[in-house]
Amino acid sequence: MMSFSLWDIVRNLLIGGALTLLLSLVAFVLGGATGLLVLLARIGKWRAPRALAQMHIELFQGTPLLLQLFTLFFGLSLFGLDVPAWLAAGLGLTLFTSAFLAEIWRGCVEAVPRGQWEASSCLAMTYWEQMRHVILPQAMRMSIAPTVGFAVQVVKGTAVTSIIGFAELTKTGSMIANATYQPFLVYSLVALGYFILCYPLSHYAKSLERKLHAAR
Amino acid sequence: MAYQFDFTFIPDYAGMLAQGVAYTVGLTVVGGTLGILIGIGGAISRLWNVRPFGELYRYYVELFRNTPFLVQLFLIFFGLPSLGIKLEAWQAAILAMVLNLGAYSTEIIRSGLQATPRGQLEAADSLAFTRWQIFLHVMLRPALRKVWPALSSQVVITMLGSSVCSQISTEELTFVANFIQSRNFRAFETYFLATGMYFALALLIRQAMHLIGRYLIVRRPLS
Repeated sequence: MMSFSLWDIVRNLLIGGALTLLLSLVAFVLGGATGLLVLLARIGKWRAPRALAQMHIELFQGTPLLLQLFTLFFGLSLFGLDVPAWLAAGLGLTLFTSAFLAEIWRGCVEAVPRGQWEASSCLAMTYWEQMRHVILPQAMRMSIAPTVGFAVQVVKGTAVTSIIGFAELTKTGSMIANATYQPFLVYSLVALGYFILCYPLSHYAKSLERKLHAAR
Repeated sequence: MAYQFDFTFIPDYAGMLAQGVAYTVGLTVVGGTLGILIGIGGAISRLWNVRPFGELYRYYVELFRNTPFLVQLFLIFFGLPSLGIKLEAWQAAILAMVLNLGAYSTEIIRSGLQATPRGQLEAADSLAFTRWQIFLHVMLRPALRKVWPALSSQVVITMLGSSVCSQISTEELTFVANFIQSRNFRAFETYFLATGMYFALALLIRQAMHLIGRYLIVRRPLS
């Protein structure tokens, strides 16, 4: 039987942790980009895209991430595509993130006072000019704190992808726990890993919130 | 597309699916109730810095809000037995849900309590309310009323999160879905169906929370 030293465990968890970080970054960046499109559709003037965007948001906010991943994982393979776990994980988390970010950002856009819309249309700005120069810059300022706060949810969400077999931190932890028979130690280290990734983010979000409130 | 969708398996497994839904609802009701109670206790301890609970709650909230539910679940179910604490799957699932929701609701309820206007406390004082009456009627109830929507969302999130409890063989809805698809190999249809059921459950629980809020907190009779 092989024996594991503490360093062996930590070393392998670090590899898993790196994948967790990578997946979080990819999901956050792609989810942010998709979320922006969903947001524009959601607050836009055309009815069909608006309804679609709303459906997208409701669907991904109202169902468990795990089942979204399962449905994607098995649904895509119906089209004859061979879906590796990392692809299903990345795609699922991106869609999940986009729905939440679009809804958070919509709240921020709607919090921009109506007068700003009216004033900018008095200045003969087109819809896109209003968005680009007046509304979005102000909404963006408000959205920073909740967006950073949501990043924590994305990092924690990646843990669920372990269930479809993506070898990130939790999956690595499960495998090591099974090999070493030290589940308490290993899962504590896994939890510590997530804590190290998430705590600075939530702390930063909280301090941003305080700062932006003070400025107003 | 050559693939033929086949949902004809549903009647055969209707009983199991219903049991899965009932299990998920049961977990949510117990987890939600205890979680909110823990949250109220935590909010009080944090707000008035009740020693030593205020400090303990601070660590508890940060720990549970910054780690994934799945890892908390694994730590409780697989990790605790090595400390001599053996829990059944359903016990571990409920414990994890309660602790997880408790951490979030502590912060949610605390923000509600903090938003009590000073003038109302002074007014209650001058009306000779006792400390307990002030807390219950002037602080807690209005606070819960203010944060009830946020609390409802958190309960729904906890319910959706309970799907990962299938991983420790808690026989809730996702576990049933896993079982069915391992029998009929209709993975997509089965998970699609389960996803739809969760969606409906989320709507139902949101509605139920709304009614509970109206009945218990606002005390307006149901019309």
